[in-house]
Amino acid sequence: MTATLRHARYVLSENPVTAFAFALFFLLALCAALGPALAPFDPLASDTAEALTGPSAVHWFGTDQLGRDIFSRIVVATRLDLGIAVTSVALAFGIGTLLGLAAGYCGGWIDRIVGRAVDTIMAFPLFVLAMGIVAALGNNVANIVYATAIINLPIYARLSRSEANVRRNAGFVEAARLCGNGEARIVLAQLLPNIMPLMMVQVSLTLGYAILNAAGLSFIGLGVRPPTAEWGIMVAEGASFIVSGEWWVAFFPGIVLMSAVFCFNLMGDGLRDIVDPLRRT
Amino acid sequence: MIVLRRLATALPVIAGVIVVTFLLTRALPGDPAVYFAGPAATEQAIEEIRHRLGFDRTLPVQFFDYLQRLAHGDLGTSLTTGQPVTTELLTRLPASAELMLLALFLSVAIAVPLGIAAAMRPGSPVDHACRIITTAGVSLPTFFTGLLLVYVFYYLLGVAPAPLGRLDVFDSAPPQHSGFYLIDSLLAGDFETFRAALAQLVLPAATMAIFTLAPLARITRAAMLGALGSEFIRTARASGLARHRVVFVYAFRNAVLPVITTLGMVFSFMLGANVLVEKVFAWPGLGSYAVEALIASDYAPVQGFVLMMALLYVLLNLVIDLVYGLVDPRVRLEA
Amino acid sequence: MRRRDFLKRTAAAAAGTFAAAHVLPARAQAHKDTLLTLSEGGPNNLDVMGVGTNRPGYEASWNTYDRLVTYGVKKDADGNDHYDSAKIAPELAESWDLGDMSVTFKLRKDAKFHDGTPVTAKDVKWSFDRAVTVGGAPTFQMAAGSMQKPEQFVAVDDYTFRIDFLRKDKLTLPDLTVPSAAVINSELAKKHATDKDPWAMDWLKNNEAGGGAFKIEKWTPGQELIYQRFDEWKSGPVPKIQRVIWRIVPSAGNRRALLERGDADISVDLPPKDVAEMANDKKLTVVGSLIESALIYLSMNVKIPPFDKVKVRQAVAYAIPYQKIMDAAMFGRGKPMFGGPSEVTTTDWPQPTPYVTDLAKAKQLLAEAGLPGGFETTLSFDLGYAVTQEPLCILVQESLSQIGITVTLNKVPGANWRAEFSKKTLPLLANVFGAWLDYPEYFFYWNYHGQNSLFNDMSYQNPAMDKLIDAARFETDPKKYDEEVEGFITTAFADVPRIPLFQPWLDVAMQKNVTGYRYWFHRQLDYRQLAKT
Repeated sequence: MTATLRHARYVLSENPVTAFAFALFFLLALCAALGPALAPFDPLASDTAEALTGPSAVHWFGTDQLGRDIFSRIVVATRLDLGIAVTSVALAFGIGTLLGLAAGYCGGWIDRIVGRAVDTIMAFPLFVLAMGIVAALGNNVANIVYATAIINLPIYARLSRSEANVRRNAGFVEAARLCGNGEARIVLAQLLPNIMPLMMVQVSLTLGYAILNAAGLSFIGLGVRPPTAEWGIMVAEGASFIVSGEWWVAFFPGIVLMSAVFCFNLMGDGLRDIVDPLRRT
Repeated sequence: MIVLRRLATALPVIAGVIVVTFLLTRALPGDPAVYFAGPAATEQAIEEIRHRLGFDRTLPVQFFDYLQRLAHGDLGTSLTTGQPVTTELLTRLPASAELMLLALFLSVAIAVPLGIAAAMRPGSPVDHACRIITTAGVSLPTFFTGLLLVYVFYYLLGVAPAPLGRLDVFDSAPPQHSGFYLIDSLLAGDFETFRAALAQLVLPAATMAIFTLAPLARITRAAMLGALGSEFIRTARASGLARHRVVFVYAFRNAVLPVITTLGMVFSFMLGANVLVEKVFAWPGLGSYAVEALIASDYAPVQGFVLMMALLYVLLNLVIDLVYGLVDPRVRLEA
Repeated sequence: MRRRDFLKRTAAAAAGTFAAAHVLPARAQAHKDTLLTLSEGGPNNLDVMGVGTNRPGYEASWNTYDRLVTYGVKKDADGNDHYDSAKIAPELAESWDLGDMSVTFKLRKDAKFHDGTPVTAKDVKWSFDRAVTVGGAPTFQMAAGSMQKPEQFVAVDDYTFRIDFLRKDKLTLPDLTVPSAAVINSELAKKHATDKDPWAMDWLKNNEAGGGAFKIEKWTPGQELIYQRFDEWKSGPVPKIQRVIWRIVPSAGNRRALLERGDADISVDLPPKDVAEMANDKKLTVVGSLIESALIYLSMNVKIPPFDKVKVRQAVAYAIPYQKIMDAAMFGRGKPMFGGPSEVTTTDWPQPTPYVTDLAKAKQLLAEAGLPGGFETTLSFDLGYAVTQEPLCILVQESLSQIGITVTLNKVPGANWRAEFSKKTLPLLANVFGAWLDYPEYFFYWNYHGQNSLFNDMSYQNPAMDKLIDAARFETDPKKYDEEVEGFITTAFADVPRIPLFQPWLDVAMQKNVTGYRYWFHRQLDYRQLAKT
């Protein structure tokens, strides 16, 4: 344990960018946890007299077209966006990994069925599939989560399948079998922890992608419903004001969105460095 | 041989895609019969139209109908444009393809050298810069990047042409051979049109390229690192081969395999990101077609689009497998 | 090292491309006879009598087909050209004789279709027969002027055409100016008719067979439509513009940018905020015309509780944040339809209701209705009009929450909107309606009458009001007419199944050198009057 921590600290110190990413992540998590308590204004309260005013001492990030404080909306949106990302990735990871492990370890018809199902999903341009699912099932947060989970499932399924395949007859698995462990137990208690580090890297990357997916859906008009505050929909709404010079309406949510995704991606890279045995030499 | 085997494994996937698309589009809200019947339609008139268009039949019957028409290449008619879907898809395909290929080219041209440079000096500022640039690119939503580029380069600086589509209003398209304006204009010897078409292509292609830089650079870097650390490279260096030769002739050739696989993934990703970029730049391609149809619950174009994308994807994977076979003798020997 | 070189080279190449694009001659300015117009969407059908033809399709038809008659022109309050609903002017018909139960038109003898065929009365008969037979919007529109059966249309001789009336209807003559009453080249169309498609619906969808001032040079659906002037047009003065290029640019921001940079000439459907700013900047000419007989409103379905109680509806009417909507959604580009006099004294329509924003009164009315704690409901709106409807609905939602009514917003995509609200299951919705014929009884007939047409999204049925509407439609005594109209307007305001919010403007932005713009009731562009100086 301490060896891992020491190694982690070594990697982080060598890589200030990764350290920065982890710090940013904690900041975001804090925002999500504390949410509305941190917002100076009510994110839903309109004030048309103050509409479209630029960043100032009162409104740090300015106001939008209905006079709502953008900073407050961004802070409150953190909870929603992270929530969507974490839930959908958890679903994708949970279901995808189990399916992939089963397929890789058992082989045979399980492998073929899971393989086909995953291939079918991957044959669609993923964003279009998400659009289709949300359009068909209706615009609400739950459906956005399901759609994002479905399109990210294949990545986990494929990764865990190939890893399970490789480790299927590895030493430690043989040993566990000899000890009398049942197949299910081997998969869950031996294989899964063994591939966890690699999966964690993927989780981090997928979190970023999930947020971008929700933002893209909002841009098309299939995202969360107004007046809910969500980074993507704020950028989409603000996009029409860029040309007329009210750049802040889209810029600040865009920057925060980008920072969050950036943070997850860098974390993924950093985790990969920590986890990658090649770096230990 | 490999080709046939690959196609055989692709068939169940295509079947799956057809079924899923059919179900999804039938689940879309909205009632095309009401749309067709017009504003003053009575209940009776709507029922008549519904019967005429076949929407009152059960789902399995409708599915069978759909398969029959598919076999004849009839993908239905779009509600919003009133045109047959097949014609529209074929007309718009070159527009999207040209854009994506140029974006891919730009992306590879920047990402691969970047990845190689980062791999040659791991841990250096170059490496960090590579990471930051590529990760930043992939963190921005594509539509945001597109809007920003339009604002800065067209509106503020005036260096880019208006985002009006593939060609400026007063230019006419070159005589059609491939549908790719760049190729067709060169074939016709028309350099003006070539320049005009290229100018229109730059911003949208850049928008997409920015997004796909990251996975390509990352894979190149990782693959190069792996290759540079391997036994045979050590041997090559020990044998006194020039650094230049070691990196480019030996290491890169071996690192290129995962890059090719990633190209496939990146291209398929572009097929999705397409819809956002085309909306921002008024690009008359498949993406904008699909998204407009989806929002309007215009099911026929959506079905046709998804089907076409899935087929392209299968074809693409086939091509990649073949290229893989060409590049890596081990794959050929195994097969 | 190599990467740096490579990056430098790539950057240089990119810069070179940009420079090349910039150095190319600015072609946009080179064409005085060509007009470049932009819009968010284009026609889905070139045939005004087609199935599901959209409004851009009407614009294409208006400019490429002639009608028997048209309206004259007058100046509005700002000095801009405006069609004159009181003056019917000749187009294809040189003169007409309005009898008691029929009207006879004398067609001009020199009019030709685009392919050179002379226009005769049999073409008019074929076109009108088609309009009343194909069903859907055109048939419904013809019926609004009591033109319902092919037997009514008689081609007396080559240049004389008569319409026999089913009943005396003051709307018959005006109904002949609308886009649906287009005159089609019947010989050309019949060549492309089949047994299954006797009216050539399929062919006319993608091809025009008209005799209007413009021909269609090229149509790429979803991208652009190019018109070419028909130099032998005889039904009016030959247009000054020789060529019109209509480009589809979905992003409003891009359309505005193109206009402001001078790369486009004219655009109609820009968001009110952009229009308000452009009007202020004064770099472009902005013309805002009040759309007659049109309203942006909130409808409550009186068959769905609790909107079946009149006090609940009145409470909602008092809880709307009218001025906030005016500022943040309309940007002042509309005429307020609230805060009017307490009594109806004119037959002007639309006119303001007596309601204002008064939350205290709203709460009181809710309590009187037996719902002091409020209730929950859904507010639906058309995504196609999201630019104004979305902020409007968000503000309404916020205001209603203050009197205890919890509202969930429901965005319905454009093409589904008609289907959704025609089902009459939406309890509360925001919508826009505009009538082509500017008569209050016509508006009420389609929106409030118990015949429960599609547009009566309140499911409102009041026999007393129906009597007044029916009487007013065919009333000949002016004094009785005024009483009837004021009567049904008073009832509409008291019962308030629908809360009028604004009378919208049609905003058009154009370069300063574009002149001759004329506002038409169909809210589309008429290129025949435009010129570039």
